[in-house]
Amino acid sequence: MSLIEFDNVTFSYRAGLRPAIKNLSFTLESGETLALIGHNGSGKSTLARLCNGLLIPDKGEVRVDGQSTRGKNVFDIRRKVGVVFQNPDNQTVATIIEDDVAFGPENLGLKSEEIRKRVDDALESVGMLGYAKRDPFRLSGGQKQRVAIAGVLALKPRVMILDESTAMLDPLSRREVMEVVYDLVRKENMSLITITHFTEEALEADKVLVLDGGEKYMEGGREVFLKSKELASIGLTAPTAVRVADALRAKGLDVARDVLYDEDLVKALCR
Amino acid sequence: MREIALGQYYQTSSIVHSTDARVKLLISIAYLVMVFFVETYIGFGVLAVCFLLTVFASRVPLFKVLKSLKVILFLAFFTFLMTMLFYGGAKKTVVWEWWIIKIYEGQLYACGLVLLRLVFLVLGPTMLTFTTTPVELTDGLEWLLKPLALIGIPIHSGALVMSMTLRIIPNLIDETDRIINAQKSRCADFDSRNIFKRAKAMIPILVPLIASSFRKADELADAMDSRCFVGAKNRTRMRKLRFTWRDPIALILFAAEFTVILWLKFNFFPFVDLSTVGWIV
Ligand SMILES: Nc1ncnc2c1ncn2[C@@H]1O[C@H](COP(=O)(O)OP(=O)(O)OP(=O)(O)O)[C@@H](O)[C@H]1O
Ligand SMILES: [Mg+2]
Repeated sequence: MSLIEFDNVTFSYRAGLRPAIKNLSFTLESGETLALIGHNGSGKSTLARLCNGLLIPDKGEVRVDGQSTRGKNVFDIRRKVGVVFQNPDNQTVATIIEDDVAFGPENLGLKSEEIRKRVDDALESVGMLGYAKRDPFRLSGGQKQRVAIAGVLALKPRVMILDESTAMLDPLSRREVMEVVYDLVRKENMSLITITHFTEEALEADKVLVLDGGEKYMEGGREVFLKSKELASIGLTAPTAVRVADALRAKGLDVARDVLYDEDLVKALCR
Repeated sequence: MREIALGQYYQTSSIVHSTDARVKLLISIAYLVMVFFVETYIGFGVLAVCFLLTVFASRVPLFKVLKSLKVILFLAFFTFLMTMLFYGGAKKTVVWEWWIIKIYEGQLYACGLVLLRLVFLVLGPTMLTFTTTPVELTDGLEWLLKPLALIGIPIHSGALVMSMTLRIIPNLIDETDRIINAQKSRCADFDSRNIFKRAKAMIPILVPLIASSFRKADELADAMDSRCFVGAKNRTRMRKLRFTWRDPIALILFAAEFTVILWLKFNFFPFVDLSTVGWIV
């Protein structure tokens, strides 16, 4: 049984409107990481909201751990699927960081000591324990994002969905936050869906799903990023190494076909 | 602009911070009542001393606390003006005179008392919010209002609404700043001397502000739902309110202060007749 399963899902925000998600099927297994890419308005955030039952499909079915989001058990589903949205300012519910992180576990009805432990663990793992009593609004963008991630981690979800949660960060903090996330995912054996514009960031994931106009455009492993022409035609840029390799090939140089990372490129050139 | 926001918490550890929120709330409410019993300068002297001791014990920098008085600057000026205009007391000694304006000694005396009362009315709640987190505050309020739940008033939801409001205020102030700057960069005139022009310039602020608060509220609701929120009723709390040895001490100290104030007002200890001591009144 897959952890998340989209079965021919169609969804539009209003009847008569062009569907934001159209005939989409894919699966995410337990422990797997998936990068979801696509340009603005391609339906990425809609997909995230479909995963935890904030939106219900018009046609088809979304199943989490075998349960349909249509059922009465959205609560169970949201325990398993933690979503971190794009803007951290609009996700903070409290004026003290630890109270904010505690919000999820408090909703689960856990005991006070258990909540305390989860909050401390979550803050610790994103490296924000030292800030526990601070005001979340006085943090930097990257720190706010970490707190938002901790808020979802404290729920101990089976899968975490990051909806462009690093888009507002500078490249360095983005890499830092993503490293933290991938470390956590591997340590806790969680699954992960990262939604991003940055193909470079998506290279970390096991699987890639490319959306265009609400439809599946490409799906597969990292080799998807080798198809720079197809990506370019829907407004996405392939990773730098791939583009450099393409350019060199166009100039007649014999560069290996499977160059994805900068290191691959270096190796291919220094051969 | 954020600096004047309500519900600002100053993070440090002190006896005042770790006093139970319910006790602090009760004391604060009684304090507001007490301020109205103070009618003399010596009374305000007592308040000031007790207040300074509290600030000292709370380890909040004094200037931070006094900064909260900025909020009442306009009100204070207005009060001053009103007492100057409509003073009805004894008009004996003139302290200052210019053209048709005369300022009497009694007038200054009365005005000073009103201003002091205003100042202490603001300082009390300020200390409460400086030393108590909004969550503790709402939890405390929820506890104090428990009797209302018996007659079917949803206090859990009420308390949550209150804490969400406290949380969103700094956000809205920021947003207002941002919109004002955006409009300014398009040549809107907020600094005009003409009050009508200024009022008119406010309209293009209000409309986007309302629109954006709805959008924010929507996003916030989604984020709360995503974090398993199903209603305020079945939630548990990380921080439980707990009475400690500090709480009776706080209550006793406050009761002592209140007694002194009442004594000054009603003079209910006949063996010390206050009216014989001229400088007190
Ligand atoms: N609340 C809404 N009401 C109506 N239409 C919406 C709503 N939210 C999104 N849409 C529409 O649905 C489509 C998909 O939007 P979605 O937010 O999922 O895109 P996205 O891939 O997340 O884009 P971005 O990269 O900008 O975040 C867009 O055409 C958008 O205009
Ligand atoms: Mg989006």
